[in-house]
Amino acid sequence: MPKSQFLGVPSLNDEVTALVVDDNKVSQMIHHQLLNVLGIVNHVVGNGKEAVEIHSSGKKFDLVLMDRDMPVMNGIEATKKLRDMGVKSTIAGVSSHSLSEERQEFIEAGLDDYHEKPLTVAKLLSVVSKIKYKA
Amino acid sequence: MDVGLMQMQRRLAEYTSALFKEGILDSQYVQLQELQDESNPDFVVEVVSLFFTDSEKLLNDLSRDLAQQNVDFRRVDAHVHQLKGSSSSIGAERVKNACIVFRNFCQEKNIPGCQRCLQQIKQEFLLVKSKLETLFKLEQQVVAAGGSIPTSGSLPTMQQPIL
Repeated sequence: MPKSQFLGVPSLNDEVTALVVDDNKVSQMIHHQLLNVLGIVNHVVGNGKEAVEIHSSGKKFDLVLMDRDMPVMNGIEATKKLRDMGVKSTIAGVSSHSLSEERQEFIEAGLDDYHEKPLTVAKLLSVVSKIKYKA
Repeated sequence: MDVGLMQMQRRLAEYTSALFKEGILDSQYVQLQELQDESNPDFVVEVVSLFFTDSEKLLNDLSRDLAQQNVDFRRVDAHVHQLKGSSSSIGAERVKNACIVFRNFCQEKNIPGCQRCLQQIKQEFLLVKSKLETLFKLEQQVVAAGGSIPTSGSLPTMQQPIL
């Protein structure tokens, strides 16, 4: 029995694609598996610069899970750059910052959604339900 | 059912329950267990092992950072932020809470406070590491005896279709 069925959630059967942008290896592993369980094909990069580069190479994703604090290029800068590039994907900020000013700054960079870490199946389903643009 | 297996499963259940009662683990650990499946049967052990390795490095970095003549508090805070994120992601509640207190002392640039917090985090980390290693051994024993590891069930379903 597929894991998604066991958990009582529908599998997306590889119809949705996602990009995980996070420098924390534990978060990368968990988000990758979360997306796998939901049947979402996903790719993982380690910072905002790599997220911009993969989009510059022509790859597109329905969903981007963007961490805030990363080396080289953080999530705020990466989100702004992706929006400037015309990327219409649903970008969900995923961070452990709880202060409202920090959250607001991230949202204003161009996010469609924001969730505090740790990401759970429930939070991810909420994000997926907001996908507007199909890559 | 084999009486020996039943006893092992009861011991496992009691040990797991105690970890949650003592606040060593929180509900995020259950989320990890629910992500484990046949295509990724060692997911929990792999994620937790990664947490152990990463955290040990971060704790060494923090010890070095706080021993500097001019402490770079931004660097210290960045390391604690990482550790807080990882510990929160695997459900290591007491480590996470200790990190929150540490960050407050960082913001105050309070070196003695930071050093005390670092010791506290090290203690909590060693505790959760020891407890989880025991938990994994108990799980291995149950599986080797022909049993299975129970996981809790309920997760929310999607409220509306997408696309």
